[in-house]
Amino acid sequence: MSAAAAGMRRSRSVIPGFGITLGTTLLWLSLVVLIPLGALFLKTAELSAAQFVAVVTSRRVLHAFELSFGLSLAAAAVNLVFGTIVVWALVRYRFPGRRLLDAIVDIPFALPTAVAGIALTSLYAEGGWIGGLLAPLGIRVAFTPLGIFVALVFIGLPFVVRTVQPVLEDVDRELEEASASLGASRWITVRRVLFPSMLPALLTGFSLAFARAVGEYGSVIFIAGNLPNVSEIAPLLIVIRLQEFRYADATAIAIVMLAAAFAMLFVVNLLQRWSEIRMGKRQ
Amino acid sequence: MTVLSRPETVIEAMTEAMTETMSEADLLEPQLMPSAAVPRRAAGVREDPAWVRGSVIAVTVVFLGGFIVLPLVHVLAQAFAHGIRVYFAALSDPDSLAAIRLTLVVAALSVAANVVFGLAAAWAITKFTFRGKNLLITLIDLPFSVSPVIAGLVFVLLFGLQGYFGPWLAVHDIRIIFALPGIALATIFVTFPFVVRELIPLMQEQGTEEEEAALSLGASGLRTFVRVTLPNVRWALLYGVLLCNARAMGEFGAVSVVSGHIRGETNTMPLQVEALYDGYQSAAAFAVASLLALLALLTLFIKIALEARIAKGRTP
Repeated sequence: MSAAAAGMRRSRSVIPGFGITLGTTLLWLSLVVLIPLGALFLKTAELSAAQFVAVVTSRRVLHAFELSFGLSLAAAAVNLVFGTIVVWALVRYRFPGRRLLDAIVDIPFALPTAVAGIALTSLYAEGGWIGGLLAPLGIRVAFTPLGIFVALVFIGLPFVVRTVQPVLEDVDRELEEASASLGASRWITVRRVLFPSMLPALLTGFSLAFARAVGEYGSVIFIAGNLPNVSEIAPLLIVIRLQEFRYADATAIAIVMLAAAFAMLFVVNLLQRWSEIRMGKRQ
Repeated sequence: MTVLSRPETVIEAMTEAMTETMSEADLLEPQLMPSAAVPRRAAGVREDPAWVRGSVIAVTVVFLGGFIVLPLVHVLAQAFAHGIRVYFAALSDPDSLAAIRLTLVVAALSVAANVVFGLAAAWAITKFTFRGKNLLITLIDLPFSVSPVIAGLVFVLLFGLQGYFGPWLAVHDIRIIFALPGIALATIFVTFPFVVRELIPLMQEQGTEEEEAALSLGASGLRTFVRVTLPNVRWALLYGVLLCNARAMGEFGAVSVVSGHIRGETNTMPLQVEALYDGYQSAAAFAVASLLALLALLTLFIKIALEARIAKGRTP
């Protein structure tokens, strides 16, 4: 491997096609991604700073942000806890059906969001399989913020599991052995040996689940009820403003969400680097 | 380390999947499992107490069952709740058929676009060194972190009637928004990174030795690509196509913004599901949704098979 890598570096220039492939890449990237995203910034620039602030701090928009970010945090936190439990079961234990459960984790990735949306809505509606059980307890899920939360937990789970799983698989079990043979209790070993080496992955999984939840639209709008100032998420508000032809308002909201998404991307990249340093140290 | 351990775990998982499908075969598991799994057990690792083990597995089963499996089962149950005749009547409705056709066309366009782009980008990124490579990779990944709604919005800003190119397009009678080109563009945007992402790590790992050998023996660049590179990456390419296709067929948010929701014309399958559901045609909505759910399940099956294939290709 390393010999191949060394050889690769020396004679790179022999390979043809650099100009055309990089050119195609840059052209297509610009046309499909960069120029359209640029239009978003250009459109927002039509608003003065004061107008921009007025749009994004209006009561309805602020409430939508609060709802989107708040529920996304809560859903990501739930996924962090349950996702870690799922990973532990899948990696550390051998039991019948394990492989099937492992495959099930990917369902939210694969299932189109609109399908998840109507399925969850009909499940949690008052006459639904789960909603019917909760109704006598006075708990309403569909058409309330709780419903949005349920949808966000659904779509976020694979992000935590698929990020943490490979790291736990790679954790050197000799470290645990050593810790145990030195007299540490199981709990201390988990907390002092395992947890630190998994921390970057846990945080990355949490951030990815959170980022996905903030932008989520399809699975949420069916179950949300979409009442302004109650259960209206930020992406929906963008769509509504667009339908009212208030393009500048829509882009202002979008810019705030995009900024948050880029911030999350940055955090994830930092975490990745941190994790690489950690892994490097271990080897 | 990660590179080496991955194929082993996949093979282990596959072996296990096989033993699990054979009903009482669990006892055979240790013998059937390749060497990869043995050291793990032989190391004499301290096991968690039985009650911890039991509760962790129980929580996993209940959580995955209740949160993930139940909605999927519910879709299929609702689809057939009014009988098989209603189900097929819903699917053979002209608007639903039009939606299925449109979805297939859009998915084909976005797969084609992403295969060409993916191969070109992966070639440039993995076979050469140049400045700004990491920035380029970040930019390619960008659509993953953009909300689907925003992915649709940007194309409305460009091509909508009040958008930057809107008036010019109107004069020349070219329709992008509320028509196929807009739907395809939005879909290509959201599926942008899928194929490249699968190709880059594999092509990085494979290096350039084989291509160099072919070139030094006098093969042309194109011939080298078709005869050497392409066969080497075919499973990863297929894997990327699979994920790209699933997302393209299922995309809702981005397409919803640019489509205009004209039934029988610009409604893709997910949008048709929404239209039917909002129109209180719940059975029909679930019928169309069940097709998408089956697509998702099929995608997962092929994905597992491909993962095994890719792992096999990596082990010498």
